[in-house]
Parts: sequence; structure tokens; C-alpha cells
Amino acid sequence: MDDLLSVNDLHVSYGLSRILHGISLNVRRGELVSLVGRNGVGKSTTMRAIMGLTPPRSGSVRWKGQEIARRKSHFNAKAGIGYVPEDRRIFSGLSVWENLDVARLPAHDGIAAWDEARVFEFFPDLERFRDRKGGLLSGGQQQMLTIARTLMGNPELLLLDEPSEGLAPLIVANMREKIQELKAAGLSIILAEQNLDFVLALSDRCYVLEKGEIVFEGTAEELRNNTEVQDRYLHI
Amino acid sequence: MFTNPTFMAIQVLNSLSLAMNLFIIASALTLIFGVLRIVNFAHGAFYMIGAYVLYSVVGSFGETDLGFWTGVIAAGVVMAAVAYVVERFLLSRLYDKEHLLQLLFTFALVLIIKDAVKMIWGSLQYSVSYPPMMSGAVNLGITYYPTYLLFLCILGPLVAIGLWLGLEKTRWGRILRAARLDREMLGALGTDVTKVFSAVFVIGAAMAAIGGALAAPRVAVDPGMDALVIIDCFIIVIIGGIGSLWGSFVGALILGFLTVFGTLIFREWEIVLVYVMMIGVLLVRPWGLFGQPEAERH
Repeated sequence: MDDLLSVNDLHVSYGLSRILHGISLNVRRGELVSLVGRNGVGKSTTMRAIMGLTPPRSGSVRWKGQEIARRKSHFNAKAGIGYVPEDRRIFSGLSVWENLDVARLPAHDGIAAWDEARVFEFFPDLERFRDRKGGLLSGGQQQMLTIARTLMGNPELLLLDEPSEGLAPLIVANMREKIQELKAAGLSIILAEQNLDFVLALSDRCYVLEKGEIVFEGTAEELRNNTEVQDRYLHI
Repeated sequence: MFTNPTFMAIQVLNSLSLAMNLFIIASALTLIFGVLRIVNFAHGAFYMIGAYVLYSVVGSFGETDLGFWTGVIAAGVVMAAVAYVVERFLLSRLYDKEHLLQLLFTFALVLIIKDAVKMIWGSLQYSVSYPPMMSGAVNLGITYYPTYLLFLCILGPLVAIGLWLGLEKTRWGRILRAARLDREMLGALGTDVTKVFSAVFVIGAAMAAIGGALAAPRVAVDPGMDALVIIDCFIIVIIGGIGSLWGSFVGALILGFLTVFGTLIFREWEIVLVYVMMIGVLLVRPWGLFGQPEAERH
């Protein structure tokens, strides 16, 4: 089966400290794959390396069969990879609409295009604050905006880094629904999360990370039933 | 003398024309710093190149309107071409490096440009006349004032409004403001930030050169003219707040009035006055009048 994305034996270092030791994973079209693990195990770094923000020391990242490791992030964005960072990184001095506008990229063939009308329909709250500066939004609104902004680039694969972090339970539930809808709309997603319930509710498959390595790989069902892995790598 | 309305009007207009000429140059400096995060010491040298290019074009065309305005445009075009090469092949390699290297690089540019100017044009002092269409004076009721200097007074606000509209109302301006806030994120959203940097540096350098060309009839064109203007521009940008367009506008006005009236009132102390003002602003608002504290930028 053709993978949309396949990562093979990825090694990443920051200076002298090695963060990833040979990560391999793959995403098929329409799949939601999760990276789970405690803080600092390399989930964000894996996403940054896929996006082209942190160049890997070695290893390969293939997008639709083409090697993209070490390619600059703007090429990857145009090729259909959308990155939603964990710290949201809203352009604080730009209004909600301006945040969306600067992220606008043409749609790929055969996929319904995202524009501000569709984004506002998807996140009605954002339309109300259309002219408000990004820096003045609440945490939940910023999380919506950071996802909406990336959708404006019409990605085929969404890299979602900790979308539930720091949000109130009600908003987390809403976010879960929204991610489900995105998946139903045909988007492939890699989700990095610490919140196990969140992960199990959404994922097709899961990778458990520990100290920059993948220690478990399986379906959400298999992870749900594997209490040993949960206890060793996920519970605090 | 301060009770003489004609005299006062002339001093105010002198302040304004100086301020607005400096604003065109300083706003480009603040634009480059805001986006590229590079303190461009060579900005004054770019200004000097503009003045010399104008001098040469006027020299070959004769002192005509066509010659003058062609010279102003040529100053911008020549500088843009030089800046493009400098940014693409040299400066762009330093963006990921420490700030000290960037400072050394732009300082090296100053020395290189100064020597290149001396090699091409020599060390003599040149002067350029007002363009013939603006060589006269306008009757303002209270006094006559040189048309060309009035033109500078009007051009400054027009440039400010133009830049502001460009930054606020165009997609290009929005991308530029986003690059100022978080260049890595902008890249991850599909913008080739290296192109944005290149464009900003080229536009900023061209503005400095056009500012220099426009200043040429006001000042002496010589190989030392860059040093004076770069200090003024840094003061303007620091007073106004680094990266702020309106900050540099207000900063230019403050500097213009302090320079003109300071010379009248304090004479020997004029030069000190400007620095005292700058220190005063920095004590109260270290980030400048219109700037933002670094921590609140994100």
C-alpha cells in the first residue's frame, strides 16, 4: 500500500544532545496516526523534522514517494503538509483574518478548498473575532485560529502538536469533535498528544515514544488493551 | 529674534524639511531592522551612494528637471541592484549566525563603500542644485520658502502614509508584519521567507539611496556624508522605537526640531541636546516612544 508519508530511521540532534534515535513511521491517506509519550520524548521534534524546521542528522522522510528530509519548510507547506505548532504561534499583532490571509495557499487538485468562508463555518467563534488581534484571543480561540490558519494552506496531511494542551475540558471535547470532522473530510493527520483518552478516541494507529525511540506501535485498540505499555510509558 | 514670526516660520520649515528628509531614510532602516533583525550600519553608505549617483546623472544630463528626477530614480535602481547582490550572496549567509557577525559585516560594507566612492568619485566635495522646476521660492504669506524644501516637507508624510497603507492594507504588507513577528512560523505556512528578507533589504536600501539623492541639493556631497546621517537615523529609530514606522516619523520630527532650534538657542550644546533627549526617552521607555518591549512582541 502506498504511504502518504513515510519516515525511516530519523536521527535528530540539537547541538550535542541527541533527541531522536531512529524514528520510523508511516501514514496512509485518510489515516489518523498518533504520537504518544510523556513530555520531552521527541514528539514535537519528530513533527518539526517532518515539516523541515529541524533538519535531521540522518534518515529519510518521504512524501508521496519523494524524499523531503532537509527540504525547506515552505516547500513542504506548498506540497501539502500543514503544521500546527504546540505553542500555537499566532501572529499576535495581526487580526484573525490577517492571520488566515498570510497562510493562504492554492488547493490541490480534487480536494475541496479551504478559504475564510469555510474556515469560519468550521470555527464559528473565529468569525465573531475576525478583526480582533490574534494576541488578544483566549487560549481556546488561539488554538482554533492556529488550526484554521494551517487549513488555509489546504494541507493533505496535518501535523497537530498537542492541540488539547492547556485547554478547559469543554474546549478539549469540542476540539476532539473538530479533529474528527477534519478526518471525516478526508484529511490525513499526525497527532502528538499526552492526553491518552483524546488519542484513543481519535486514532487509527498509535506510536508510543520514549527517549527518542518508538517503543510501541499498534492500533488504538491494541494500545487501549496494553496496560503494560500504558503504565511504563504513558502514566505519570 | 524668537518674536519675529517670519524668522520663526523659517526655522519651523527648516526643522520640517530636515526631519522629513531624514524620515525617508530612517523609516527604511527601521523596516530592515524590524524584519531582518539586522542593524544595518551601511544604511548611511547607501544614502551616500544615492547622492553620488544623482550627482553623476545630473552631471551627464546637465542641470535639467529630467536630469534631476532621472538621477533620483537611478539612485534607487542602482542601489537596489547592489543591495540585491549583497543580500543574496553575502548577508543571507549570516541570518543564522550571531549578531556580532552581522554587525561586522554591515560595518565592513561601510568601509568598502566609502573606499569605492573615493575611487569612483574622488575625495572632493560636490554640490548639486535644486531641480529647475523647484529652484524658486513659494510665497507662504508670512515668508518665502524654497520650493524644493517645501516639497521635502510634503513628501515625508506622503511616504509615511504610503508605507503605512502598504503594510496594513496589502497582503504583501501583512506577510511582512508576520515575518517581523515569527519568521519560522511564516515559513512553515508556505511563505519563502528568504524572498521576503531579500525584498525588504532591497527596498530599504533603495529608499536610503533615494533619500540621499533628495538630500543632495541640501547638503554637501562628500565621502563623509554617510557618518552624519547614520547617527541621526539611529537616534531617530531608537527614540521612536525600533521597528515602528510612526515611531521613526515622530523621532525624525523631534530630531529635526532639536537640531534646528538647538543650534539657535544653545549653539555649542546642540550636539549634546539630541543625546540628552535620547537618554531621557530611554530612561522612561527603553523600547522607544512607539516601540514594544521585547517580551510583548510575541
